[in-house]
Amino acid sequence: MENITENKLDNQKENSATEPILMLRDVSVSYAPGKKAVNHVSADIYPNTITAIMGPSGCGKSTLLRAINRMHDLYPNVVTSGDIYLKGENIMKMNPMEVRRLAGMVFQTPNPFPTMSIYDNVLAGYRLNGIKLKKAEKDEIVRKSLTAVALWDEVKDVMNRRGSFLSGGQQQRLCIARALALKPEVLLMDEPTSALDPVSTNKIEELLLDLKKNFTILIVTHNMSQAARISDNSMFMYLGDLVEYAPTREMFTKPKNKKTEEYLTGIFG
Amino acid sequence: MSDRVKFSNIKKRSVKDKIVFGLVCFFSFLSMIPLFVIIWNVISKGYANFNWRLFTQVAPSSMDALIAKMSGEPIPGGILNGITGTILIVGMAVLFTVPLGLFIGIYLSEHPDNKFARTVSYLTDLLQGMPSIVIGIIAYIWVVKPLGSYSALAGSVALTIMMLPMVVRSTEETLKMLPRSLKEAGLALGASYTDVIFKVIVPSGFGGIFTGILLAVSRVMGETAPLMLTALGAAVVNWNILEPTSAIPLLIWDFYNDPNLVDIIWSASLLLLIVIFLLNWIAKIVARKWKI
Repeated sequence: MENITENKLDNQKENSATEPILMLRDVSVSYAPGKKAVNHVSADIYPNTITAIMGPSGCGKSTLLRAINRMHDLYPNVVTSGDIYLKGENIMKMNPMEVRRLAGMVFQTPNPFPTMSIYDNVLAGYRLNGIKLKKAEKDEIVRKSLTAVALWDEVKDVMNRRGSFLSGGQQQRLCIARALALKPEVLLMDEPTSALDPVSTNKIEELLLDLKKNFTILIVTHNMSQAARISDNSMFMYLGDLVEYAPTREMFTKPKNKKTEEYLTGIFG
Repeated sequence: MSDRVKFSNIKKRSVKDKIVFGLVCFFSFLSMIPLFVIIWNVISKGYANFNWRLFTQVAPSSMDALIAKMSGEPIPGGILNGITGTILIVGMAVLFTVPLGLFIGIYLSEHPDNKFARTVSYLTDLLQGMPSIVIGIIAYIWVVKPLGSYSALAGSVALTIMMLPMVVRSTEETLKMLPRSLKEAGLALGASYTDVIFKVIVPSGFGGIFTGILLAVSRVMGETAPLMLTALGAAVVNWNILEPTSAIPLLIWDFYNDPNLVDIIWSASLLLLIVIFLLNWIAKIVARKWKI
């Protein structure tokens, strides 16, 4: 519990006018009784920022991310406790389906739906939720979403091809478009570039910097330089604890915690 | 660096390799011989009577065949009643099997660690190994007895029991191979579990599921024993599911037992073989085309 104050972001001066969009309060996740993968994490995330979650393998960074869209509900043995507020509303008390519509997710490996066309993949959120749209509305959503991920020009003539027809980097941008199409409040990204080549990675990073104007992004990454390049704030997790949460520049130049410093300088990781 | 491990008798060993490779090829070839002999036999003996009559006329009576034979003419009649019977019985079996097999397969693939699912899975394996004649007897007791008559329905119940484990298994295996992230991607969009299963998972596994159904159909199409105890056979074309009905393998059995009709065994077998080969071929194409 004492972490709460400690982890209040230090850049509150710049953000003092804005309310946090996402508040984690004492969030713990365990995969087996008594074994916590995420340990009493509390943090505030501000709108229109990119927050990187870093840490060595198994530190609980993906687990924390997946708590935010209630993905753990799929697995009965996983227990999540604590409160998570999205725009002031406690998502732990909401219907998980509703939560997931508000918190879009992008996965480690690009996973467009293999039986759907590129067009239908963008609209998948609507189709799967049984939301009926007029043709013009559909076209508009597809065009806007694909433009937002800088994919429109590349695919506008092959809209009816399968999603799997695209290259890995294009597929991942399609998956981001699919998440954006539902106009989520936050975008949760679980190592979205770890399966991509450097050129595609670079494109996605540029894209994220652009998307932050309209969305709030949380990105799990094992790539420190990626965190340094694109994130405004960084979390460093170790063995399920949120060790340090600070503006990225600050954390990379003068980390407060010894563990953070060791990780960033490559002593372990 | 000079104390390199020395390989002696390299020559001898490469000769051994060649001999083993030759043997492997030889035995592989040997195993195909029976198939070629069967196909050759069926074609060479069956093509003479493989004509339109086979598809348009019902099986001849023993008497007609005898008269034709005595006057040196080819045997009249065809196997129309068998073709329609097979379509009716197998078609109904598919209707019963597919929804059932699909649901069970989905359940097993979704809950691999559940105790009940593991039991179901084990029983499915047992069912797959059940002798077809036993299944015939079961269908006789379940359907023929209560309804008081041999029927196409009873035959299709027997074939359903035979097809079910195959469809369950292929559905389960196909769905298990799909990446877990596909399901999570659907759910992460706020979709309900049911929608994800039927709009994402099942369509993604369509190729494998459909292939499994086709292979199961081609497998039971030639089944004879369970039909003898259930559909029984009929001399006329029958579309009533509550009446005794013929089927191609039943006719082959009848022909075998009648010295006057032996000549059309081969044409009927040829037809059955062609259909089964076609189904297998289509299954291969579907599996390749719909590969995820």
